[in-house]
Amino acid sequence: MADLTSDFLGIKSPNPFWLASAPPTDKEYNVRRAFEAGWGGVVWKTLGAEGPPVVNVNGPRYGAIWGADRRLLGLNNIELITDRPLEVNLEEITRVKKDYPDRAIIVSLMVPCEEQAWKDILPRVEATGADGIELNFGCPHGMAERGMGSAVGQVPEYIQMVTEWCKKYYSKPVIVKLTPNITDIRNPARAANAGKADAVSLINTINSITSVNLDKMAPEPTIGDKGTHGGYCGPAVKPIAMNMVAEIARDPQTKGLPISAIGGVTTWRDAAEFMALGAGNVQVCTAAMTYGFKVVEEMISGLSQWMDEQGYTSLDDFVGMAVPNVTDWQYLDLNYVAKAKIDEDLCISCGRCFAACEDTSHQAIEMSDDRVFSVKDEECVACNLCVNVCPVEGCITMEEMAAGTVDPRTGDVVADEYANWTTHPNNPSAQAAE
Amino acid sequence: MATSHQASGVQAGRLPAEEIAENFSDLHPAYDPHEAAVAADRCYFCYDAPCVTACPTSIDIPQFIREIQAGHPASAARTILNQNILGGMCARVCPTETLCEEVCVREAAEGKPVEIGRLQRYATDVLMEQGSHPFTRAESTGKSVAVVGAGPAGLAAAHRLAMLGHDVVIHEAKAKSGGLNEFGIAAYKSTEDFAAREVDWLLQIGGITVEHGKALGQALSLEQLKADYDAVFLSIGLAGVNALRLDGEAMEGVCDAVNFIEDVRQADALAEVPVGRDVVVVGGGMTAIDAAVQSKLLGAENVTVAYRRSRAEMGASRFEQDLAASKGVKLMFNVQPAGLKGNGALEAVELEYTSSEGGKLSGTGEMVTVPANQLFKAIGQTLQGQPDMLALEGRKIKVDDQGRTSVSGIWAGGDCASGGEDLTVTAVAEGRDAAMDIHAALTGAAG
Ligand SMILES: Cc1cc2nc3c(=O)[nH]c(=O)nc-3n(C[C@H](O)[C@H](O)[C@H](O)COP(=O)(O)OP(=O)(O)OC[C@H]3O[C@@H](n4cnc5c(N)ncnc54)[C@H](O)[C@@H]3O)c2cc1C
Ligand SMILES: Cc1cc2nc3c(=O)[nH]c(=O)nc-3n(C[C@H](O)[C@H](O)[C@H](O)COP(=O)(O)O)c2cc1C
Ligand code: SF4
Repeated sequence: MADLTSDFLGIKSPNPFWLASAPPTDKEYNVRRAFEAGWGGVVWKTLGAEGPPVVNVNGPRYGAIWGADRRLLGLNNIELITDRPLEVNLEEITRVKKDYPDRAIIVSLMVPCEEQAWKDILPRVEATGADGIELNFGCPHGMAERGMGSAVGQVPEYIQMVTEWCKKYYSKPVIVKLTPNITDIRNPARAANAGKADAVSLINTINSITSVNLDKMAPEPTIGDKGTHGGYCGPAVKPIAMNMVAEIARDPQTKGLPISAIGGVTTWRDAAEFMALGAGNVQVCTAAMTYGFKVVEEMISGLSQWMDEQGYTSLDDFVGMAVPNVTDWQYLDLNYVAKAKIDEDLCISCGRCFAACEDTSHQAIEMSDDRVFSVKDEECVACNLCVNVCPVEGCITMEEMAAGTVDPRTGDVVADEYANWTTHPNNPSAQAAE
Repeated sequence: MATSHQASGVQAGRLPAEEIAENFSDLHPAYDPHEAAVAADRCYFCYDAPCVTACPTSIDIPQFIREIQAGHPASAARTILNQNILGGMCARVCPTETLCEEVCVREAAEGKPVEIGRLQRYATDVLMEQGSHPFTRAESTGKSVAVVGAGPAGLAAAHRLAMLGHDVVIHEAKAKSGGLNEFGIAAYKSTEDFAAREVDWLLQIGGITVEHGKALGQALSLEQLKADYDAVFLSIGLAGVNALRLDGEAMEGVCDAVNFIEDVRQADALAEVPVGRDVVVVGGGMTAIDAAVQSKLLGAENVTVAYRRSRAEMGASRFEQDLAASKGVKLMFNVQPAGLKGNGALEAVELEYTSSEGGKLSGTGEMVTVPANQLFKAIGQTLQGQPDMLALEGRKIKVDDQGRTSVSGIWAGGDCASGGEDLTVTAVAEGRDAAMDIHAALTGAAG
């Protein structure tokens, strides 16, 4: 059996599945049950500064997008940080950490952007015995209006400044949680790195309006007759999160900076993909909120099954393995030529590939009177649309053309050597090939 | 004493009324909105979808399913009804397993088609429950058309003609409209008086008068109709039934399956419909299966369908055969009735085994005797009461693709006319298409 033990920043946990800072980790009751269910660690629901806690709305906090059979695909929320007193949370964290020394407990924090505020809270957090802190620079609603959360996360200078304060007043690992609501994720990651953060975690939720109530003419969730943008999470955000993780992993300036990946992790596979892109572990929120704590069991069994099949004995064996294969468009091999191929035996003759290619692509699929579909190699540009719209997995495949054969579309011989846009004659700024 | 279930002879109330009611509940129950959404989501929205081609009324199936999926079932219903005004009934009675669902690509792929019939029912139910009628009449053309027979073909023709601005009078022999929708379709396919409700809803278009108790050949003559109206559409179905031609056919207990089914459909209380303890149904079509299944559901102990050819040749689809088997009906193949036994009342049926080698059916001489208090003849309906002036093709009124008969000004469609299968949906298609041709003829509009 593969060893799922995770060592992230020296913080040990029996597996790489942590619950992200959110309602599942808002109190002792939840966290104890999560640990009993098998979660490797938690990032405690974000704490604010001493004083009267924030207040949440008393109407609906969530909106959602569903797929077939109401499978939840995306969730949006307008919840704030914890609305329970700081003292209560700190006491609970202390108790739980004592009882679960083998699990990771990270304390998420969001206090005003003043040195004193951090200086005040950090020793108290340190006293709980928790394994580290996560700086919530990501929350996109409510807290940002008060100059915290994503309002800090969108300004790299602030990120660096606050990170430095934390490193000054706190001895254990400092993780900086990034907001995706920016144009280039590398800038805040570089700032965290410059502030000597031990790691970054991402993504927090994405600004969103999930739906509009057409009777009320207001966004949902609607509080009375108004709604606001909320933070989007769940399976729908995974592709966005994965790109951001990969960007940081392959950025020369942040290369090697540990990453805790968050965003739509629902099964073992999501975790494996994030980790292949350089994440040391993953955090989960929506999957737990949708299915309960038990979901972690599949993540554990699936990941170890896959690792066994691949011959990986520890997480380090595959973390970051896909990073070298993430490149820029300009470096893709323009001499690679493929053609779509339809397997007639698997084809169920729905004609979706035909409609897609004929109406919106390259008119490269032929339909016979008796509904046999075939690809016209002389038209096919290998765009992959037909593969993606085909309801039968494996029915349409992309077949690479061997070097030396002639591409009937261009009439050119498929070249053996790699060549990309940087050297292509059509590129006005092409460098001469050497 | 034997309980009523086992009581000999032909008796009503073999089962408690509640059990009978339960037995006759909807064969394909209605979807709730969530089930409909999930079922609709299975549709692949095929290009040039095979299901549309397979539907005799060419309903745009991917379109209506998409409308359900996108949350507007009432417009889905309009898509259906545009092509097939009896889309509600067809959703219940069409043998979808041999029509649209048979060619669904998901049937080919995984043996589980999109449940087109039930989705169609969902959409049409939603619209009909709104109580309104989605179509309006065009400006009056001043023309009038006589329709003879208020079955699916007649109703479809009348509705289309009324919509196009013609005035329509339907002459119907019976006291109720609907044709076999009302009298023939199995009770578990058309529950809660759906046939009558659908007729009322259809007539909301306006411009259609139904005159009941007006039989062509009796109070009415075709000559008179031709003289009184601008066009005539005949949709009189098949009012006759084939006989076995055996001695003792007049014995008590020997009757036509269609009459039995009509009794079931028209009964105020199903527990009052008498049925034999031992029932034999002779025939192999939908009528035979329906009579057998309904006998069983009423509490008959032994029900046997005796069909003279093989299973593969049976008119009833495999789905219908399995339905019958699942209710406990015994299906016998390659047997034909050779004699009726009984003294005044039927006691048993003698069946002879057959072989159909080389396509020619012949008795083998080997006999088997099956006890029977009741025998239902379901060996085909025949055209009856058709006017002499019309040419026939086979045993039906000869029509061309537009439904024109051999006499100008007279159209025909549905079971009474040549061409097409004898199905509700085919009758609707033929009625609708004849109406379009009548319209073209009356207004000079290009067909
Ligand atoms: C028992 C049974 C079960 C069936 N089950 C199914 C099924 O499940 N699914 C399916 O698709 N099809 C089924 N069918 C076939 C289907 O019912 C017919 O194909 C369809 O009803 C034909 O419609 P129509 O309008 O041509 O004729 P009909 O429905 O027969 O209507 C003819 C109408 O004309 C009237 N009429 C007859 N003679 C005269 C006259 N001389 N003057 C005035 N009016 C007259 C009749 O009273 C009747 O109202 C079944 C048929 C039977 C007999
Ligand atoms: C209701 C809700 C409340 C959240 N509250 C916090 C929070 O207090 N602090 C924080 O850092 N992230 C918070 N998040 C963001 C999650 O920790 C996580 O980053 C995000 O949901 C993406 O992960 P997922 O796709 O697994 O849900 C919250 C998310 C949800 C759904
Ligand atoms: S790969 Fe693209 S161009 Fe080629 S057949 Fe498929 S859809 Fe058409």
